[in-house]
Amino acid sequence: MERVPVLKLGDLLIVSIQIDLQDQSVLMLQEDLADAIVESRARGVIIDITAVEIVDSFIGRMLSTIASISRMLDAETIVVGMRPAVAITLVELGLSLGGVRTALNLEKGVAMLKERGGADPVAVPE
Amino acid sequence: MTAHGDAGQLRMDELLRAKEETVLKRWIDLAGATVGGRADRSVLAGRLREVYQALLQFIGEGGDASDLRGLLADLSRKQAREGFTPAETAAVVFSLKEAVYGLIESEDDVTALRGYIWLARQIDDLGLFTFETFVSAREKIITDQAEQLLELSTPVVKLWDGILAVPLVGTLDSARTQVVMEKLLQGLVETGSEHAVIDITGVPAVDTQVAQHLLKAVVAARLMGAECVISGIRPQIAHTIVTLGIEFGDIVTKASLADALAYTLRKSGVQVTQRADKHVVVGLERV
Repeated sequence: MERVPVLKLGDLLIVSIQIDLQDQSVLMLQEDLADAIVESRARGVIIDITAVEIVDSFIGRMLSTIASISRMLDAETIVVGMRPAVAITLVELGLSLGGVRTALNLEKGVAMLKERGGADPVAVPE
Repeated sequence: MTAHGDAGQLRMDELLRAKEETVLKRWIDLAGATVGGRADRSVLAGRLREVYQALLQFIGEGGDASDLRGLLADLSRKQAREGFTPAETAAVVFSLKEAVYGLIESEDDVTALRGYIWLARQIDDLGLFTFETFVSAREKIITDQAEQLLELSTPVVKLWDGILAVPLVGTLDSARTQVVMEKLLQGLVETGSEHAVIDITGVPAVDTQVAQHLLKAVVAARLMGAECVISGIRPQIAHTIVTLGIEFGDIVTKASLADALAYTLRKSGVQVTQRADKHVVVGLERV
């Protein structure tokens, strides 16, 4: 059973999905992530799906579920690196991933979370 | 094939070989008349001579028509390129019948007549074959052009750092929208752009299907983390959209490409101000 690692970067958590997701590993990822959010008091979660080439409704639902779980624990979820083909497939499937924010790549995702505030409680000098 | 038919075929072979020059000359004359003197006589004569040789070979050896068909396909293609109609090309082939008939007419020979009927059937087949070749060649050209048009008609241009534009011209259908969508999304990934403007100034009509396609493109871009603005909506199109009851939801729409550019620049933090001496100054806002 392959586990998807949850990486901590400052007060962000980064999940990079690089394997074919099975039902079991998705459930484990959800548990691991919920634990990690509580443990590290993270304010943001970034899910990187750059390496995901094939999606189905199951993966679409997984992303929504993770976003909901994170929101319950007061962390914002951003999905980054979605490929064009994946985006088209999700649209054709009628999944618009309501409640999930997206960014083009990891860099922009991190910038977006920082900008949202809360991530950095340091006062920015004018 | 019956014994009579075989004998006829052999007799025809003999005749065609013996009177080669006569038949060929008459064929070239007849064919030249059919195409109305538009063709270069010597070129046509050369081509017919080749076909005739292949025909002799086909009759002599019996059965294998691949050489002959290859030559005819070639002839058909060349004629097509020179602007002849497929009917004219087929008529060139059919005129061989008349040329050979002249040969039979002068002799009172039942066997030769049987051979002629057999030959006529072969020539009909070959005439139809040239027609078929012409049509398939024409179809290939049309599909190639349609593909090229699709490629040409959907450019993705960069307006500014992080702002792409897709100026759509012409009618939108499913196939084209698919290409536009793919190119736009690919462009977003490659340039790392967070904003895109889809300009439909050149789209003559928007119906529910076109609107549906546009919405799909916008939603797909949003899934990837980019925002789309739809611009170039003419008054009558706005009217149509409202009348049809199409909901654009929270998608930003602008009347002109200029408005959309101004909006996306503002969104990406670029400030455009006009100085007193009327030079336009562009600066990046401190975020």
